Amino acid sequence: MEVKREMVTIYIMGKAYKVPADATIMGALEYAGYQLKRGAGCREGFCGACATVYRLPKDYKLYTGLACSTLVKDGMYLTQIPFVPADKPVYDINKLEPTVVTFQKIYPEVFRCVACNTCTKACPQDLEVMDYIQAIIRGDIAKAADLSFDCICCGLCAIRCPAEIVQYNVGLLARRLYGKYLNSKSKQLDKRIEEIKQGKFDEEISKLMKMSRDELQKKYYERDLEAQVGD
Amino acid sequence: MYPEYMRESIKKVEQTRQKRLELAKSGKEVYPPMNAKEREEVLYKFHPDYREGARRVVRVGPNKGESLTTEVADLLEAHSRIKPELFDLTNPDYETDLLIIGGGGAGCAAALTAIEEGVNVIIVTKLRLGDANSMMSQGGMQAAVNPNDSPTIHYLDAIGGGHFDNKPELVKALVIDAPEVVKWLEELGVMWDKLPDGSLQTIHGGGTSRRRMLSCRDYTGAAIMRTLMDEVRNHPDKIKVIEFNPAIELIMDDKGQCAGAVIYNLETEEYSTIKAKATIIATGGFGRLHIRGFDTTNHYGATADGVVIAYRAGAKLLYMDSVQYHPTGAVFPEQIAGFLVTEKIRGAGGQPVNKDGELFVFPREPRDVESAAIIRECVERKKGVVTPSGRVGVWLDSPLIDMIHGEGFIKKQFPAMYRQFYRYGIDITKEPILVYPSLHYQNGGVEINEKCETNIPGLYVAGEASGGVHGRNRLMGNSVLDYNVFGRRAGRYAAEYAKKVKLGKLTLEHVKKYEKELEEAGIKTNRISPILLPLYTPEEVRKRQLTAHYEGTLR
Ligand SMILES: Cc1cc2nc3c(=O)[nH]c(=O)nc-3n(C[C@H](O)[C@H](O)[C@H](O)COP(=O)(O)OP(=O)(O)OC[C@H]3O[C@@H](n4cnc5c(N)ncnc54)[C@H](O)[C@@H]3O)c2cc1C
Ligand code: SF4
Ligand code: SF4
Ligand code: FES
Repeated sequence: MEVKREMVTIYIMGKAYKVPADATIMGALEYAGYQLKRGAGCREGFCGACATVYRLPKDYKLYTGLACSTLVKDGMYLTQIPFVPADKPVYDINKLEPTVVTFQKIYPEVFRCVACNTCTKACPQDLEVMDYIQAIIRGDIAKAADLSFDCICCGLCAIRCPAEIVQYNVGLLARRLYGKYLNSKSKQLDKRIEEIKQGKFDEEISKLMKMSRDELQKKYYERDLEAQVGD
Repeated sequence: MYPEYMRESIKKVEQTRQKRLELAKSGKEVYPPMNAKEREEVLYKFHPDYREGARRVVRVGPNKGESLTTEVADLLEAHSRIKPELFDLTNPDYETDLLIIGGGGAGCAAALTAIEEGVNVIIVTKLRLGDANSMMSQGGMQAAVNPNDSPTIHYLDAIGGGHFDNKPELVKALVIDAPEVVKWLEELGVMWDKLPDGSLQTIHGGGTSRRRMLSCRDYTGAAIMRTLMDEVRNHPDKIKVIEFNPAIELIMDDKGQCAGAVIYNLETEEYSTIKAKATIIATGGFGRLHIRGFDTTNHYGATADGVVIAYRAGAKLLYMDSVQYHPTGAVFPEQIAGFLVTEKIRGAGGQPVNKDGELFVFPREPRDVESAAIIRECVERKKGVVTPSGRVGVWLDSPLIDMIHGEGFIKKQFPAMYRQFYRYGIDITKEPILVYPSLHYQNGGVEINEKCETNIPGLYVAGEASGGVHGRNRLMGNSVLDYNVFGRRAGRYAAEYAKKVKLGKLTLEHVKKYEKELEEAGIKTNRISPILLPLYTPEEVRKRQLTAHYEGTLR
């Protein structure tokens, strides 16, 4: 059953194509005949491979979006930015301290931020990008980690930043520092690891491993289920 | 925004919500879980694996005569991309101790563990490092960390979920290594969700009898994958990463040992050869084969390449007759059809309800059972909601979650989900989500043991490309765990092996032999595999690409 689709015209790197009005930019590129190699990864808004910039007719504004989850609009001029050049400094996470000093050493350009908010406006995830950069400048790693949590490293902020900061790398370092040094530690986890080392469960598991299918099945269906809503 | 005609059904969902909420809060089961017989029946009648044409007998290779998923059998009964005689293997383009094929979670975990053993590593990957299913997992990772839980109970849940087909030694490795993996990742800087007292936040997943799902909001995969990638890139002296260069054939030596791979530069279309003392396949799954025409949750490069090249070299496959459909793929809006709606939504109390607002299945059955029940509700009982384009689905009642856990819970715990739908004018804190099963996971793969060894010396496999860990049905949270546990194991054991092995003369004889086998089996086809990327160019465009010569999907 062929449903008649409404069509619009978009300009892919300046060339006009008629594509379905309800398509995502990625869908439209493929509809037009492009075999994507760069610029497509997860196709669901998680990987940041598909950064795209576009303008609309009679509108000076430069828009940013993810090709996999932005719909086309009539008259849209677009290009993908499948790669953002950026140095990835090498560091030993075990030797860093979770403070502003680390950023002064590894990402000194962070302190050039002019608080223009361009990055925040560019972010397709609607993150408060400037705020997480500013949090780092204040030495608030926890805040930076929290605010940058949903960053998919698409690079759109970085290509717009007048201070030439690579925000996504900075945010990632903040999260790693938080996860390793600042997040509260689980004593129960250490206890469990110790129990395993001492072989506490070996015998029980060996028993299960030797059980016949029927015995296992019986045991499985008899097991008790912890209630859904706990503490 | 939902079209007007769906409003009526949404109203019915709202009408039954209060009652369902009360039951959920009471701590009693909201719906009786199925027993063994009921499970079997709904699977047999409604799971896509059991539909006609879903499987066929493969006529060549190590699993010859076995019934496999049809689309997989097609890939196996296909020609190589290369002519072996054109390659001079005496002079490989790269040499390394350990070659890792696939830069997803398993590949990166393997690399990090291998360098601890003092070997050098090359990772080749199809797209960018981290363009992988591992980047996409939302819900979480299982690990038995709570006092009322144990690796033993985890074992039982996993093997029951897999219908008792899992290889016991692999399940043991999975559950025993789990807590250590949590720690390892935390020490690398993964931000696990924690409770105020520092203990790990745990919720349920499908088929878990204890709350065992750890998470990083609903960006669990991204949080882990980005950390692993960053760490891989912190060792440029030991780990060389080659992107946009999928492996398209393994290289063997004259003693029958795996000795590297041929890679293909997607952009310049050059082939190169890598000589390696040991090789790990970590190429992930097969969602982009669109088995049975299903939409998929998987990333762009999930085309079973690793399974194909391993098979051609003589590796044995296990359970490649079994496909996992995630119960809750999005069906509306159209643009995100197939996208994953994380199981964590049900783990946190979301319920699947039909067009009349009735709960029709225990929300956390193992995935295959839950999927089959949703298909039954739509196909047999006709209680689904039909979309404007003719897809059908049931409601996943998400607003219930905030009612159970308090307002703001969804936005905090499910930022990705919230954002996904909000982009299309649907607020999942107020409106339910329309869902239907989506092609999600490759349950089987290359058969491995607890050291990730295959039947080919020097060839290791880890992660979704391997078979046996999950039997014929994986539980949520066990594959993020899988790629960490077995990625690390593969890295360690392959590195140890690489330090000892003496390679003979390199050869691609196995490719010629396979070609001959195809011929002898009377298989005439122009199919080429691995396919590397799915084909999304419209038929009309392809017809006009007159000058093109296709090698599978690619010109
Ligand atoms: C949307 C989604 C959500 C999920 N949620 C969860 C969850 O909540 N919990 C859970 O436990 N599991 C979940 N899973 C499953 C889990 O994420 C995957 O099974 C797991 O990440 C697989 O890891 P992997 O390293 O084996 O494969 P992948 O992460 O897919 O990595 C494979 C890599 O190999 C590359 N590759 C492929 N072919 C070649 C080739 N020929 N040469 C070189 N490289 C190649 C790919 O490009 C990719 O980079 C989810 C999966 C998806 C798709
Ligand atoms: S913070 Fe920057 S890199 Fe991260 S998602 Fe937003 S724009 Fe993309
Ligand atoms: S764009 Fe750059 S300078 Fe402007 S606020 Fe963001 S980080 Fe600061
Ligand atoms: S393709 Fe991954 S975010 Fe768009």
